[in-house]
Amino acid sequence: MDGVFETFKLRAEAVSAEVHRFSHKNEALAFILNHLNNAGVRDAPQDYAVWASCPFLDGLDQQQISTQVPGLIFAVNREVSALAKVGISQLDWAIANTGSLMQDAALVDQRLVSTLPLIHIALVRSDRLVPDLPAALTKIRPEQTNYISFITGPSRTADIERVLTIGVHGPEKLIIIFYDVPGSVN
Amino acid sequence: METKFRESIVKAVHNPNLTGALGRFSEAYRTSRLKAYEGYDFEALRTQIAERKSYAASHLDELADLFTKNVEARGTKVFRTNDPAKVREYILNLARENGVKSVVKSKSMASEEIHLNKHLELAGIDVGETDLGEWIIQLAGQTPSHMVMPAIHMTKEEVATVFSEQVEDGQNPDIPKLVKFARGKMRTKFLDAQMGITGANIAVAETGTLVIVTNEGNARLVTTLPKIHVAIVGLEKLMEKFDDVVPVLTALPKSATAQLMTSYVSMISGPVPNTDGSEKQLHVILMDNRRTEMSQDPKFKQAMQCIRCASCLNVCPVFRLVGGHVFGKIYTGGIGTILTAWFDALKASDDIQSLCIQCGNCVEVCPGKIDIPGLILELRRRLAVEQGQPFAQKAIFSVVNNRKLFHSMLRAAYVMQKPLQKGNFIRHLPFFLSELTEFRSLPAIAEAPLRDTIKKIQQPASKNKERIAFFAGCLIDFAYPEMGESLVKIMNKAGIEVVFPEGQTCCGAPARYSGAYEVAAQNATDNINALLADDVTYVVSACPTCTVALKRDFVSTFESLGQTDSLPRARQLADKVIDFSSLVKKLVDAGRLKFKEGQQLGKITYHDSCHLKRTLHASQEPRELLRRAGYEIAEMYEADMCCGMGGSYSLKLPEISAPILERKLVNIKNSGAPLAVMDCPGCVMQIRGGLDKQNSTIKVEHTVQRLADELE
Repeated sequence: MDGVFETFKLRAEAVSAEVHRFSHKNEALAFILNHLNNAGVRDAPQDYAVWASCPFLDGLDQQQISTQVPGLIFAVNREVSALAKVGISQLDWAIANTGSLMQDAALVDQRLVSTLPLIHIALVRSDRLVPDLPAALTKIRPEQTNYISFITGPSRTADIERVLTIGVHGPEKLIIIFYDVPGSVN
Repeated sequence: METKFRESIVKAVHNPNLTGALGRFSEAYRTSRLKAYEGYDFEALRTQIAERKSYAASHLDELADLFTKNVEARGTKVFRTNDPAKVREYILNLARENGVKSVVKSKSMASEEIHLNKHLELAGIDVGETDLGEWIIQLAGQTPSHMVMPAIHMTKEEVATVFSEQVEDGQNPDIPKLVKFARGKMRTKFLDAQMGITGANIAVAETGTLVIVTNEGNARLVTTLPKIHVAIVGLEKLMEKFDDVVPVLTALPKSATAQLMTSYVSMISGPVPNTDGSEKQLHVILMDNRRTEMSQDPKFKQAMQCIRCASCLNVCPVFRLVGGHVFGKIYTGGIGTILTAWFDALKASDDIQSLCIQCGNCVEVCPGKIDIPGLILELRRRLAVEQGQPFAQKAIFSVVNNRKLFHSMLRAAYVMQKPLQKGNFIRHLPFFLSELTEFRSLPAIAEAPLRDTIKKIQQPASKNKERIAFFAGCLIDFAYPEMGESLVKIMNKAGIEVVFPEGQTCCGAPARYSGAYEVAAQNATDNINALLADDVTYVVSACPTCTVALKRDFVSTFESLGQTDSLPRARQLADKVIDFSSLVKKLVDAGRLKFKEGQQLGKITYHDSCHLKRTLHASQEPRELLRRAGYEIAEMYEADMCCGMGGSYSLKLPEISAPILERKLVNIKNSGAPLAVMDCPGCVMQIRGGLDKQNSTIKVEHTVQRLADELE
């Protein structure tokens, strides 16, 4: 597991993503909330944070969390996403040898929060790490969902003078947060 | 060749922004591509892609039906047509029915192929290209200069000017700021658009899945925000199984941009909810536009294996000089020439097919295993059949085809060249021929051709009566007989007698590479008769182009012309043919030739000739022989890049041949070696002539000359 994780981290960082890992969900949450405050998230257009529904939020008190970060919105829609600085979502799988994330993204909220804001925070369970693409494609099949998304690093272009520039249409920052789940095989 | 076309070439090679950007890119690409493929078995990977794509091309109809059935089952509408006009009509009607005023597009070459934007705009619909490069050229009113990097020819200053003039005043040439500006402007378009149009990189039949890759993330927005999504999919994108996406997604990012994976991959198998909860209208247009016909053509079927990575552009010595604009169409470079001939018209490829110098670089990197130069030759052949050859060309070939006339004219030329000759060179030619000697001197025609001098060589009787036949080729025979004499000397040292079949003539490469296959076939027949007359163990040539002609092209020419009767003897000859360095290597390995002991002969640099390295796969043999002779090899940069000779190419397109040679000369000089060695008399002619023009002291020689005196 650790070797695979190290490979993932290396590959993801090579394409300008940030990678963190926490052994407890609460630590991951604290990190995120701290990050939102530091990023200047506030209750004002352009500075919202939008968090799409996900398993990570199960059992957490969303109202209580919102009070800690004004401007953090769980009722995601197109309008607030377009006015958000940060988007948070959970990705289903991570692929080590390309540093990619994979998700069943049929629900539009999952795509809104990961395409429109400038910063995307992507949560992944630590046990949801596969070595490569063939392995990943056994986990989510097109028979199960109409939209599968793969994300590898932030949005990028080299269309002007071949100079690599991060953040053209999608996020300019991708922060990947792994969290360990008790009882799962890591 | 049209004057306009020639002018566009001259304009391109003199555009420092274009050649600078493309040149730097091609240099960086070579290394970064290799790095991206580290740990992968590229041959195995591309074999798999070629096999899966070829399977799909053989089952197009069946896969299109299966794809249609599967996507329709989930509520997607499918429209399949061979007619580009019907594609445009379908989209326009759909737009009208739904009151669409604004469309956002992510990159789709299929839509460009049918000029969709123009038609939608004429109907009053706003069309926004959202790929940054595509948007820039859309605003500038230009066509793409590269299939993957459409605006690579423009500087940031030019982009800033286009943005300032077309969008909003006051943009500065600062790349991050320009990108941010584009993001802001495009964001509004994304949010306002009622229809999104994409292409697809793969369409999986068994699951009805569209696979779309982008780095910018624009396809995710195009398929998420508007309520209607139209995907225009060329039939060549169909693949049978979902697992077929693995090899393509593994190769595409590496070959296209040297990335391990593209930033975003979307796999769409049916309609998804819109942001207002309604269901998205998803339409897939399966566009044929002659793809079925292509898949049924025995030669061109393999072009269906293309995954549109554009690596053939990135490694092309010609493309990096001229860029995409000279192609005048959407599809550019090697594969673009082929696609244009099919999706536009064969005639549309008339000028652009001549750009291919047949160096074979693209064959080595193509992830679809497409023989691009081979297909371009086939285009040439078909064009020659359809339109006939230009008059002058025809006249030349009629001479080449008459061996006695051809040879007596070459002898006459020796006398006529006298006033122009300086030593072994012709440095200037008068009148309309002057451009031939503008960038390199030409070799003077030898006083006595090899076919005469070889008779005077006293060859020791071979102990075991082993004899080989020497195929000289025109350059060695008439310009560089000393190369042939050296070869005889080496073979004699191995106890082998060299025979020179008198009936041999031009190998037919010039005719074949010009599409004149009948002429090439006649040359082939004459040579086969001459070379199979004697009982010899090998037929050796010291010209890689001739070697390839004898070993490969004769068979292929007969096959193309359906002259099956001639095939057995062509194959019989092919089995005996070997290039000089490979033969000497064999003789050394067998202990029949020995190098003098302990020699230190100094530094040389070695230039790989295209046909020797990439068709005959001999690049280590000459190097090893030269090392064992006592030379130290100082490798030059891009040693295996074409020198720009390309046979008659350098006569037809000196505008391109000259700058390619210029790069080669710089690399030779930078190696620091006083001597450049190579295995091809054509390369010797080009490189020696180029260095002579520059008054360089660097010597240029054929490997055969360097080895002749170093053997026991």
